[in-house]
Amino acid sequence: MTFAVRAGLKKFNVAHNFETKNIYEYYGKWIREGRLKPNSDWNKDLKIKFTVQDPCQIVRKSFGDAIADEFRYAIKQCIGEENLVEMIPNKSNNYCCGGGGGFLQSGFREQRLAYGKIKDEQIKASGATYCIAGCHNCHAQIHELSHHYGGNYHVVHFWTILALSLGILGPNERTYLGDDLREVNVFHPETAL
Amino acid sequence: MAEAAILREGKAKKSFLDELREMVPAGNLSLCLTCGLCSSGCPATGLEDMDPRKFLRMLVLGMDEEVLKSDWPWMCTMCQRCVYVCPMKIDIPSMIFNIRASRPRDQRPKGIRNSCDVAVASDTCSAMGTPVEDFKFVVNDVLEEYRAAQPEFADMEAPIDKAGAEFFINQNSREPMTEPDEMVPLWKILHLAKVDWTYGSKAWAAENYCLFLADNESWETLVRKKAAMADELDCKTYLNTE
Repeated sequence: MTFAVRAGLKKFNVAHNFETKNIYEYYGKWIREGRLKPNSDWNKDLKIKFTVQDPCQIVRKSFGDAIADEFRYAIKQCIGEENLVEMIPNKSNNYCCGGGGGFLQSGFREQRLAYGKIKDEQIKASGATYCIAGCHNCHAQIHELSHHYGGNYHVVHFWTILALSLGILGPNERTYLGDDLREVNVFHPETAL
Repeated sequence: MAEAAILREGKAKKSFLDELREMVPAGNLSLCLTCGLCSSGCPATGLEDMDPRKFLRMLVLGMDEEVLKSDWPWMCTMCQRCVYVCPMKIDIPSMIFNIRASRPRDQRPKGIRNSCDVAVASDTCSAMGTPVEDFKFVVNDVLEEYRAAQPEFADMEAPIDKAGAEFFINQNSREPMTEPDEMVPLWKILHLAKVDWTYGSKAWAAENYCLFLADNESWETLVRKKAAMADELDCKTYLNTE
């Protein structure tokens, strides 16, 4: 987790010879440099709407709005600009989903779901049927919120959507995609298990 | 009579708030305007009949016992939105961290404690206790399978301990342990972008529950192991995937 490493190196004065970064800023960089060429045509007619959860640990607590903007640049290249719908508030002002801080492991399930209600309502209000969540705690929590509150929106890692837009997402790499995307742009469909 | 009534014997006992002031010098604890911005924008407001402003007022009023008894500090996710909106930049999450730390370790939530303990005991820093050999096996097994099934990626690599790679990439244990196919899209993306990267056979795990447990010693242990691995491989960038 980005924050635990960055804050830990500083707090405990750990000597080191590397920089600490998050992959969120590199997706956009690699696209700008022409090293990745995602194509959003698959969503031209489908018009599937996506929203994005800004992980507190990556955005507010580590790199600020700049990384959130860079991440959105990459997302738009993959799904089409008009298909990204924002939660309000977002970026550095975003609400925590309730999966962080150890909440998922602490045993206080009822309180955790109550905490997440605000996130669930934000996602529903956005009208998106997919929520991109980069952090595993966000992913697990929002997935549970979707079922618990009946929103039935999907929760995906960005690497899934980027690979889909690059035309390299195989049939067995689609665990978190809904039926609407199960058959779209499938790479080597014959390998389906 | 009146004078006698307000005489106090000795100095007041040092309160928890005083201790917090020493632990969190940048906490600005006395500057609270009681405006309530923190509480109005906090998803944990209302849980356990608590909210960030009330929590801070209780500390200021010396209600140490009630604060320390409450489970609310384990329901605040330390997300820092309250600091972001606070006009005085009062660092409530750091107080939460220290209050978590002040609870005896064996009384902190078992789930978080176990995840921390398992990670500290494991060379891989995995909260699921993945041994080095298991990680290597899963990565290479999945890699072979995809190289064969998708010939466009016959040259794809998922290097482990590649010295001098530009990026040291970490990985949440959930993928190698429970859904290994989920590692593949990222590998393919890195392959197409011609990224020079590596995992470490040790200390590759991205998660760190010791921070959430407020166990400084264990948190430090994990950070040092991860930094040592990235430096041992002479990687320029430690790249977090979450």
